[in-house]
Amino acid sequence: MIFSIYIINKAGGLVFNKDYSGSLERLSNNEYLVLAGTLHGIHAITARISPVPGSSGLELLETDTFKLHCFQTLTGTKFILITDPNQTSSDTIMRRIYEIYSDFVMKNPFTNPDMPIRAELFEANLLRFVRLINGAAG
Amino acid sequence: MAGRLSMVNTASFENSRYALAKKIPILDRTLSKGHAEVGISAFAFLFSEMLQYSQKRVNGIQDLERKLADFGYRVGIRALELITWRDKGGKRETRVLNVLYFVHSVMWKSLFGKQADSLEKSTDNEDEYMISDNDPVVTRYISVPREYSSLNCGAFIAGIVEAVLDGSQFPARVSAHSNPMEGYPGRTTLVIKFDKSVMEREKDAEPKR
Repeated sequence: MIFSIYIINKAGGLVFNKDYSGSLERLSNNEYLVLAGTLHGIHAITARISPVPGSSGLELLETDTFKLHCFQTLTGTKFILITDPNQTSSDTIMRRIYEIYSDFVMKNPFTNPDMPIRAELFEANLLRFVRLINGAAG
Repeated sequence: MAGRLSMVNTASFENSRYALAKKIPILDRTLSKGHAEVGISAFAFLFSEMLQYSQKRVNGIQDLERKLADFGYRVGIRALELITWRDKGGKRETRVLNVLYFVHSVMWKSLFGKQADSLEKSTDNEDEYMISDNDPVVTRYISVPREYSSLNCGAFIAGIVEAVLDGSQFPARVSAHSNPMEGYPGRTTLVIKFDKSVMEREKDAEPKR
């Protein structure tokens, strides 16, 4: 079950966020922005404090109630995926989300890389994919 | 290939590298040879850049559509030449329906890898025809923002079709319109309005009864 998807640009700004589960607590717009900035910071810190040199930053945060996956692309865009703790094959899900993003955001001439994403086709395709995953789980 | 040869002897490795560098230039290749395919991503990125380039140089949506159509025209006039040569053995169409069918099937197939989804005659006007594509390759990844809602990037295809018709001596005005249908949100209809001269000639060409 996918709870939420956030996309954070390379400067730490939130460019896309969507909740796919009604049971989540609603955050205000400002709180989402703060959360994105915090995750961006944590990602940078985790990369620095790792005892192994050259480590990437935060990849997975596990709790009793959810798992938070983080994937950073080569250009520094971060995808945050929040799922149920028992969700499997999150890597594949993440790849697919990245693919949808590449298709419908990067190939869309009306997208401004630093601005929040407003692309109908992206949202529609993402929703279709999330429904497929969530439908299979429930 | 080159890697394996190099293990055998260096001379033939050098030769094969030389052969690669001397690949036949595009202008010297035979025209009739098959249909080369282009990656859809490569095309989508190129088209996206074209749109962004045009957007900086126009005032308003109509201007942008006109510019896209101009780009299309340049493609179409060349495509017509090539497609008639490859698929029609150099023969051109003389009747309205035939030329429309040529656009709908032969041209569409050569450019987009499939036929257009429908070809209709307008019920209101004698000189108007419609060609529709349910999911045009050109606009597959494009989400038009609300403030541009009247823009249809199919204007590029309209330009191609206009050039093909013009080049075949069927001057016409072609415009692209979004025409979403259930299951096909990107469906685009090209409205083709033929010049008066074409319709008059068509009347004369009809067999006398």
